[in-house]
Amino acid sequence: MTGREMRQLAIAALLFAAAALLPFSGSGYWLTLGISIAMFTVLATSWTLFSGPTNYISLATAAFFGIGMYIVAAGLDRLPFPVLIVIAGIAGAALALVVGLATLRISGVYFVIFTLGLAELVRQIVAWAQNVMGASSGLYVLITLPDPTLYWLLLALAAIVFLIGWLIGRSRLGFALRIIGNDEVVAVHVGINTARVKVILFVISSIFASITGALVAPRWSYVEPSIAFSPFLTFEVVIMALLGGVHRLWGPLLGVIPFTLLWEFISAKFPAQTTLLLGVSFLLIVYVIPRGVVGLVEDLLRGGAARSAGAERIPRWLKAVLQRLRIGHA
Amino acid sequence: MSVLIVGLLLGGTYALMAMGLQLQYGVARVMNLANGEVIVAGAFATFWLFAGSHLSPFVSIFGIVPAAFVVNWAVYRILILPLVRRAKNQGQLDVDSILATFGLSFIFIGILLSVFGGEMLTYSYLARPFVILGEPYALNRIAAFLGSAILCASLYVWLHWTRAGLSLRAVSVNSSAAALVSINVERASAMAFALGGAVSAAGGSLLSMFLTFDASQGVIFTLKALVIVILGGVSDIRGAIIASFILGMTETLVATFIDPGLTLAAAYMLFIIMLLVRPEGLFGRRPS
Repeated sequence: MTGREMRQLAIAALLFAAAALLPFSGSGYWLTLGISIAMFTVLATSWTLFSGPTNYISLATAAFFGIGMYIVAAGLDRLPFPVLIVIAGIAGAALALVVGLATLRISGVYFVIFTLGLAELVRQIVAWAQNVMGASSGLYVLITLPDPTLYWLLLALAAIVFLIGWLIGRSRLGFALRIIGNDEVVAVHVGINTARVKVILFVISSIFASITGALVAPRWSYVEPSIAFSPFLTFEVVIMALLGGVHRLWGPLLGVIPFTLLWEFISAKFPAQTTLLLGVSFLLIVYVIPRGVVGLVEDLLRGGAARSAGAERIPRWLKAVLQRLRIGHA
Repeated sequence: MSVLIVGLLLGGTYALMAMGLQLQYGVARVMNLANGEVIVAGAFATFWLFAGSHLSPFVSIFGIVPAAFVVNWAVYRILILPLVRRAKNQGQLDVDSILATFGLSFIFIGILLSVFGGEMLTYSYLARPFVILGEPYALNRIAAFLGSAILCASLYVWLHWTRAGLSLRAVSVNSSAAALVSINVERASAMAFALGGAVSAAGGSLLSMFLTFDASQGVIFTLKALVIVILGGVSDIRGAIIASFILGMTETLVATFIDPGLTLAAAYMLFIIMLLVRPEGLFGRRPS
């Protein structure tokens, strides 16, 4: 481990320690916001672990999240909460394994298509199973988890995601992953078992989504399939990850924080138009800042270096934005 | 027997919406995840014209198809073309267009929600029994099947016996070679994308005669159309039609003997079987 890496680890640890102090501020509003931010940090960062380097876009976060939530809601009267969290992780891993083995052995768009309807598929199957067993479709989650505890749990989970992401990044697995993302044919030719690498990463990423769903289940006192498997969750996760930037581990964090705040504002001011505005902001991100906030920051830093060398004053990213805004004209 | 016929009728109607997606992915090479929302929009427009002005779906379809063509053409020129131009290869274009159309699908849902609200919409048109081989079937399903058959046939004829159709097929086979024989690839792609959207909207319009729709349902139709296109092979219309019948039958069997709520599971089952057995689709060529 180099000195630079030690420094990075120390800074990360300090930031997490600072974030852990939030519940002592005594403000319920900020704590609620902090829980959202921590939750989406876990979801968006774990999404990026797999989809960032490989470009295989997963649209199934809601499926894994919903499974975790449902396992807690359905199992609470039989098993203790911590056991259910473990089961949720295992169930998420199992589903990801099935999906991965079916679609990731083949390159191409099959994976995206498969994940697109996955949440809806699981929702249909859960609703059907409940119907067959004669249970009602809604479930009450009769357990209280104090907000500060939930916040710390999510924060700890986020720390684990970052640690695992950091370890993967400096391992052979992460190296293989980047080669796959750059050119899958090359990856195959240098002897990487591409299918295995992709499946492993997808499983890791999905476990986190399931555990997150399980952890936050007590916040919803009533759970039913249409809530647990809402497609909007996937959409929000992808949007935040893209906004932050998916080619750095800490990228999604830079998307989660501003977007959660923006979202708070939009849903308060325009409650009827949330879907539309969500779609519009998504397109803006895809077209205007395809490399996310991280890309902007990096360009700005590089632009700064170039400026000191006597180069032009307009930052390159600003030019790129202006160019992209004139979309449609040849 | 009656299950088979209902499955055939449903599959025939699916064929139309799948052909729309096939034009968009096979010719314009754009993976359009907002296709289902176009189908739902077609269904909603039909409902709206039927409830408001008592227009028969077979009349309103003549207005819906050109409208959908224009909207989809604009979507291609404004949103997709910049992505096509900036993409270095097909993989890049797939990633970009998946993201862009995924965002677009939520914009469409938002618009549909604000115009029509979130309820399930349905209307009653030709809801009378019609007897085939001694068993009654809903007349609206038969009418939708016939409408779809006519449109599919005209599309097939247009693609195979006109010069414009030939240039679309040429782009689908090899777009850079098509450019060499002076086909305007961008225009042909825009044409294919717009036509695909119009065909999908027509499919939605016909499906609305016997299915119930709500604004958030598009993803189910996107997925069904994608499964059909992949099952049939990306660039073969015959494959898509056969795959539509297979999906229609499977769905009807699942709905009749297991549960009507599991139709998507039927589509996924076909998808998994195909991925395991023949990933290139029924009529696709194995990459050498």
